[in-house]
Amino acid sequence: MADQQVGQALPKSSAPSDRNAPLVVQRNEQLEVTRRLLRHPLGFTGGTIVLLFLVLALAAPLIAPFSPTEQPSRRLLAPSSTHILGTDEFGRDILSRIIFGSRISLQVGGISVVIALFIGGILGLVAGYFRGEVDGLIMRVVDIMFAFPGVILIIALAGILGASITTAMFAIGVVYAPLFARVVRGPTLTVMQQQYIEGARVVGASSTRIILRYVLPNIAAPIIVQATLLFSTAVLAEATLSFLGLGTQPPDPSWGTMLGSGRRYMEQAPWVAIWPGVAITLMVLGLNLLGDALRDALDPRLRSS
Amino acid sequence: MGRYLLRRLVLIIPTLIGASLLVFVMMRLLPGDVVDLLIGSELTLSAEQRAGLRAMLGVDQPWYSQYLTWIGGVLSGDLGISLRSSQPVTTLILQRLPVTVELAILAALISWVVAIPLGVIAATRRNSPTDLFANIVGLIGLALPNFWLATLFLLITSIVFRWQPSPQWVSPFEDLRTNLQQVIMPTLTLSAGMIAVTMRMMRSSMLEVLGQDYIRTAQAKGLGDRMVLISHAFKNAAIPVVTVMGVQVGNLLGGAVIIEQIFGLPGIGWLILNGIYQRDYPVVQGGVFFLAVAFVVINLLIDLTYAYLDPRIHYG
Repeated sequence: MADQQVGQALPKSSAPSDRNAPLVVQRNEQLEVTRRLLRHPLGFTGGTIVLLFLVLALAAPLIAPFSPTEQPSRRLLAPSSTHILGTDEFGRDILSRIIFGSRISLQVGGISVVIALFIGGILGLVAGYFRGEVDGLIMRVVDIMFAFPGVILIIALAGILGASITTAMFAIGVVYAPLFARVVRGPTLTVMQQQYIEGARVVGASSTRIILRYVLPNIAAPIIVQATLLFSTAVLAEATLSFLGLGTQPPDPSWGTMLGSGRRYMEQAPWVAIWPGVAITLMVLGLNLLGDALRDALDPRLRSS
Repeated sequence: MGRYLLRRLVLIIPTLIGASLLVFVMMRLLPGDVVDLLIGSELTLSAEQRAGLRAMLGVDQPWYSQYLTWIGGVLSGDLGISLRSSQPVTTLILQRLPVTVELAILAALISWVVAIPLGVIAATRRNSPTDLFANIVGLIGLALPNFWLATLFLLITSIVFRWQPSPQWVSPFEDLRTNLQQVIMPTLTLSAGMIAVTMRMMRSSMLEVLGQDYIRTAQAKGLGDRMVLISHAFKNAAIPVVTVMGVQVGNLLGGAVIIEQIFGLPGIGWLILNGIYQRDYPVVQGGVFFLAVAFVVINLLIDLTYAYLDPRIHYG
């Protein structure tokens, strides 16, 4: 049963004896996944939201009407035609800060996911590939990490290491690494029981080659889905840390920092605390929708009802 | 059941030892010398004074000796002394425990009362307006940062209703009315994310169960819809929902750290966060380890409930 399941999800490219045909199969499969993704209304919405933030982040200096750190106007100005979303407690343009804030959000989200994926992915691959005692040891460590509520561990780690955007990325990445270890280990164990792995071993392929050429491509789907979902968790975690003063430091325009400092003025100027929250919610919503859609598109058997 | 319970109890011992090691190692990641942290920048100490202080704190010992001293204390209920208030960390935690427990229990209850019926209704009336509403609640609930929701609650109550709860914490046993006024907004905020997750899980689990053969058999036997739903579908659909509750407890405890800070409630989260701000590391170390132990124990209890609900799990 397990073989059959993996067989359905796997590109046949992995068979060592057949080198040309598989590429076509793989390409067709990619097309099929893209097609499913585009037809998924919620996934399409999520993808559009994420893409929009990506464009905002990349083109921030061109799009933003003001500098994110300069103070061009009076403080706490209500939204107007000059300052569409108003100004903050230092007279900085909130819209410009939100546009530049998308850079920090995407950067922290992206780098944290890469750290988590790198550490957790290697642990999961090693555990699933070598099995036995190595697997037992790694998975015990992973279980211990799961004994902590994630947010508390991130807050404590970032607090201990000293508040900065770098420690925030490190803390989020390290704390969520065990998640990837679990996500990677399961499918690796299944793939390792396939005949093509045995075949590769027989023809003398090294462990590194087997992992890179045969294991990784076949466990990519759950990794991609998990990475997208973790991206949204990381964006939220960065905002939380910055809100508490333990992440991005002023005057850098992190949405969490903006909310944290704007909160004190919300009775006089509610917009200071409203817009950064809208930005965080939209970004997380977009990533969640995209992650759910990717899961449906990459693995139709897991499709949520 | 007795043997199963015993085996699970034995299995959490290595987890707890590992968790204690992790907390211990984490606290050693502190940049700089602990003596500098303790005395601040105003005082300058001679080399002998520094050495004396290090010996007093026990940080001149090798790490394993320091760990054994700490864990020995933990086993006898001693989590160290706060660097700032000079009070035992255990006392500080026990003083603040009721606040966090009340918040977590109320938030969990609210979320179950809202999410479980909503999930069941959404599943039985698939693609109806109720289902659409439930889906929207689920998606937005997951994306809303709890600290923003808390901020909005405060904004609405103070600006629109001109109402602010008493700033001084009042125990429910002292004055229930004042206490509920204080906890209503924090618990609603905390429950929002949990409502989303539980509702989504309940809905998809119910949909799956409703498509099973035994449901059709029950209907074919002539049982009424309500009977099938309650006695056949709901109990089975609830099993996966119970399993995600373990993760939810972690989210509740993590959420409590932020929510207690925003609403000024003196719970364990508030204690840990202020410990971080004031660099009071025994408090952070003790608080984080305490929450990890609580999390592991609660998850054990949830697993046992799961074993009770699902007859396929062997107790032996």
